[in-house]
Amino acid sequence: MRPTLLPGLILTAVALGAALLSFVWTPWDPGALAVTQKLQPPSAAHWFGTDHLGRDILSMLMTGARTSLSVALVAVGIGAGIGVPLGLAAAARRGGVVDGVIARLNDLIFAFPALVTAILFTASLGPSAMNAVLAIGIFNIPVFARVARAGALSLWTLDYIRAARVAGKGATRISAEHVLPNIASLLIVQATIQFSLGILAEAGLSYVGLGAQPPTPSWGRMLADAQTFVTLAPHVALFPGFAIVLTVLGLNLLGDGLRDALDPRLKGRLA
Amino acid sequence: MARYLLTRSLMLCLSLLAASLVVFLAIEVVPGDPASYMLGMNAAPDTVAALRDQLGLDEPLAWRYLHWVFGMMRGDFGVSYTYKVPVAGLIADRLALSLPLAGLALALSAALALPLGLIAAARRGKAADAAVMGVAQIGIALPNFWFAMLLVLLFALRWQMLPAGGFPGWSDPVAALRSLILPAVALALPQAAILARVLRSALIETMDQDYIRTARAKGLSRSQALTRHALRNALIPVLTILGMQCAFLIAGAIIIENVFYLPGLGRLIFQAITQRDLIVVESGVMLLVVTVILVSFVTDLAYALVDPRLRRRG
Amino acid sequence: MNLLTVEALKVTIGSQPVVENVSFSLAPGEILGIVGESGSGKSMTALAIIGLLPEGACAEGAIEFDGRQILSMEESDLCDLRGDGIGMIFQEPMTALNPLMTIGDQVAETLMVHRRMRRGEALRIARDRLDRVGLTGDRFPLTLYPHELSGGQRQRVAIAMAIALRPRLLIADEPTTALDVTTQAGVLALLRDLARSEDMALILITHDLAVTAAMADRVAVMKDGIVVEDRPTEALFRAPAEGYTRALLHASLPRAPSAFPKYPPGVAAGDGGSAPATDAAGALLRVEHACRSYRLPRPRPFAPRPLRAAVDDVSFRLEAGESLGLVGPSGCGKSTLARAIVGLDRLDSGGITLAGTAVGPDMPAPARAAMQIVFQDPYGSFDPRQRVDTLIAEPFHLTGRPAGWRDRVGEALTDVGLSPGDGRRFIHEFSGGQRQRIAIARALITRPRLIVLDEAVSALDVRVRAQVLDLLERLQERHGLAYLFISHDLSVVGALTSRCLVMDAGRIVEDGPTARILTAPRHPATQRLVAATPKIPPGWLTPEENRR
Repeated sequence: MRPTLLPGLILTAVALGAALLSFVWTPWDPGALAVTQKLQPPSAAHWFGTDHLGRDILSMLMTGARTSLSVALVAVGIGAGIGVPLGLAAAARRGGVVDGVIARLNDLIFAFPALVTAILFTASLGPSAMNAVLAIGIFNIPVFARVARAGALSLWTLDYIRAARVAGKGATRISAEHVLPNIASLLIVQATIQFSLGILAEAGLSYVGLGAQPPTPSWGRMLADAQTFVTLAPHVALFPGFAIVLTVLGLNLLGDGLRDALDPRLKGRLA
Repeated sequence: MARYLLTRSLMLCLSLLAASLVVFLAIEVVPGDPASYMLGMNAAPDTVAALRDQLGLDEPLAWRYLHWVFGMMRGDFGVSYTYKVPVAGLIADRLALSLPLAGLALALSAALALPLGLIAAARRGKAADAAVMGVAQIGIALPNFWFAMLLVLLFALRWQMLPAGGFPGWSDPVAALRSLILPAVALALPQAAILARVLRSALIETMDQDYIRTARAKGLSRSQALTRHALRNALIPVLTILGMQCAFLIAGAIIIENVFYLPGLGRLIFQAITQRDLIVVESGVMLLVVTVILVSFVTDLAYALVDPRLRRRG
Repeated sequence: MNLLTVEALKVTIGSQPVVENVSFSLAPGEILGIVGESGSGKSMTALAIIGLLPEGACAEGAIEFDGRQILSMEESDLCDLRGDGIGMIFQEPMTALNPLMTIGDQVAETLMVHRRMRRGEALRIARDRLDRVGLTGDRFPLTLYPHELSGGQRQRVAIAMAIALRPRLLIADEPTTALDVTTQAGVLALLRDLARSEDMALILITHDLAVTAAMADRVAVMKDGIVVEDRPTEALFRAPAEGYTRALLHASLPRAPSAFPKYPPGVAAGDGGSAPATDAAGALLRVEHACRSYRLPRPRPFAPRPLRAAVDDVSFRLEAGESLGLVGPSGCGKSTLARAIVGLDRLDSGGITLAGTAVGPDMPAPARAAMQIVFQDPYGSFDPRQRVDTLIAEPFHLTGRPAGWRDRVGEALTDVGLSPGDGRRFIHEFSGGQRQRIAIARALITRPRLIVLDEAVSALDVRVRAQVLDLLERLQERHGLAYLFISHDLSVVGALTSRCLVMDAGRIVEDGPTARILTAPRHPATQRLVAATPKIPPGWLTPEENRR
């Protein structure tokens, strides 16, 4: 099949490694200002150059990776943690009241893109990094609920589920024992997709000031800061952008590779 | 068809009601007292009281909600606290930019994605397929606002082909369109990449269906089967994504407006957030949400047009 | 001169040969039956003839149609040939038609593609062809969509599409396998009539030897990619030359019904369990006035939702140790009834009791353990992620896992002809027939008194089917089981049961000894069923074979 798994794994590992490494070591202190050194192009001392306040861009990117990855990861956790049980419950009671209520709830949440939710939170509660996490996480709920429901529905028509019912097992037990393990690969693939979308969304929210607040470093805000200086020193805009693109690309490749590896029936398909 | 329309319309009304309730509660209940929130901590008590009176905050909650909803139906969105003008007029001015921008981006995205997805599916496994999908893979990973900055850097600053930002207004349509080109491209390309991928996989999946084999047994060539049978069937998943993309385009447009300093709905809302003008935020957000819901309603109707099986059911 | 000559055809997918060496010829207007079990290469042979082999498949040898070499033809010439010179229909009518296109347009498309006809003219001819296949204009306007038709009607549309240009050869690949017997009989009669009246050669591919008996001029038997025997139909049935053909014929013959009662009521109590074997009146299962209906969609907005009775006042009793058949066409309500009997669904009214205990979704677990079920699909019946021993032990959920549960699983595996060591393997390592044995082992594990067999052998090849039927019979003797054998196929029910219920439109229309129902059906619905069942003419069989 398409060799996407390995490059995906490598790119993801680099992003993850940079984030973890930043806890113990960065080339420079990412918060240290050195106005005399501002907007330096890449050099031996500053591999990726410095920003408008003289901070080392590589160090900021490494600490920024922490923000991006953790926001997206927690958002996936929120979405999967709430969405998957909802989807399983909806499938177990297909066509029933529970199914209907969950479907309407999903529709309602889909009407609030993460950006809109973040605007609402920020407007009424004030700016904070939690806004981005919650906004992205809430939008993930219906995504996981739909994937879980669709996957579970096709299983509920199979005879082994009926056999389990004849063996006296209830809907909850069947969902946990038979349905969840069999849709796990679907959910894992969806999780990598939502993870990469979460990184993009976090960057966008930070860029417009609805995400991580200073002094927490973040890729999106680095780009917002860079915008003013992009003509003087293009590198301040290029490196954070590359960081986002490569991380998202890595996760997408990983997702594609996993899909092919986990589910032979889906081989050759995309999206 | 009539029944389908009826149930969908009913669900549309319910969604609108529920969404308006969420927005209302988030803006008018969660912050505690909106008036003192809007005025900040140092406001004099009588200023707060005056604003409370102006906003009708002393009325019961249910009454305020109904007042707000029925006001919006009449086109009365309240008066902006910062600008002291009716919000409806403010928003209408900004929509004159945001709507054409989103529409342009959507059209561009579809115009790019449809042929590319079709080519990739028809040439499945060949070089053209690999090239289209490789570019799409990168397109999906692009943050649109960063892509927008790169476009500005190249097309506006280096090559001076198009304006770097700002909006001259529709009195000069050519200049107005020129200033929307880069934002629309920045919005459309990542979405086109997603759409092309979805179309390709939907086409490939339908090409594996039994009825395609039947069509081939009738004597249709592979490309005839693709265009006459697979395309229409593949449209159903594509419509779903297209509907969702409208939501992302609307949200994305808000962000892109910041890159190009365009006076659209997004800039209005962000300024209102910093100025704590909750009335403008409330109406602006409601408008965004209503647009998303209406788009998904239209998508549902489009399903029924494509799929005869839906017209019979509810 | 021959219309079609296939010589030393070999098809490989990757490095895997699927057709080894196939040669046969076909005269104009001749009907050839190709019979074989799944995996024998019969479908691949057909696809090679029409030039539609799946991607990656490679064909060698020679196929000559009407003087032209098909294997060396350009794709564009093949497109011109398909639908014009050769038409083809497939097994699954439910998915064979484009769901978004009207049936008229789909039939007309054949004409428009080949004859560059205008749509109006093409539709006029399409109307004529649809009339020809029995879908007359008064009930089947051209504007219908496939989802508005039944399976048999859709197969007729597919036939109309294939014969729109009166091709000289029609290939029908298992055209009736997905249909029930009455519908099958209609479609087969239509195909035969078309071949005769339009002078069209027909290749009928099927796994069912009995189907070819009434249809084909000649029969070719395929096994593992090779034609093992190819002779005129009657000669082949009267004196099969090859061992494989004999085995196939043997397995296709009706089996002698078992004599009732094998076990006097009460004596044949199962070898375990503490619940009483029967109720006070001596019956194991009692169904009384069972009714169940479904709500249909509203015809108009706000109109009341009409009801459709799926099970309509059904009553019967089943003795301990008895095997009872339940036969009917698809949609007659037998699946709904089966679900209610195993306690998966509720009834609207009426009652079902098992050894005196009321059956339903809330029935106590130990009582439920006295009844198990075997489903039709050997592939969907098992969770692919669990090992066979876990799968077989699942019904212990009802009784609690006994201490020696692994021994019990091993015992059950031995009972169905597998080895205890198979318990540690995964289900994908087993063939369809073995899976059905595992399903039976799962049903045996709680030592039930009643096993419901819901189309349990319908998906199996005839020889495997015969083996599983033998196994079921042995198990019944050994454990004193009662069977409720549900099927759409009378001949299968005849093999295992002594008494038989016939269901039609939600009601039991006939109840009597299986042998009598098979030979002298009384109710018109039963008569239709019996008449439609494909049979090998008794005159073609030896007296010994006829006695079976």
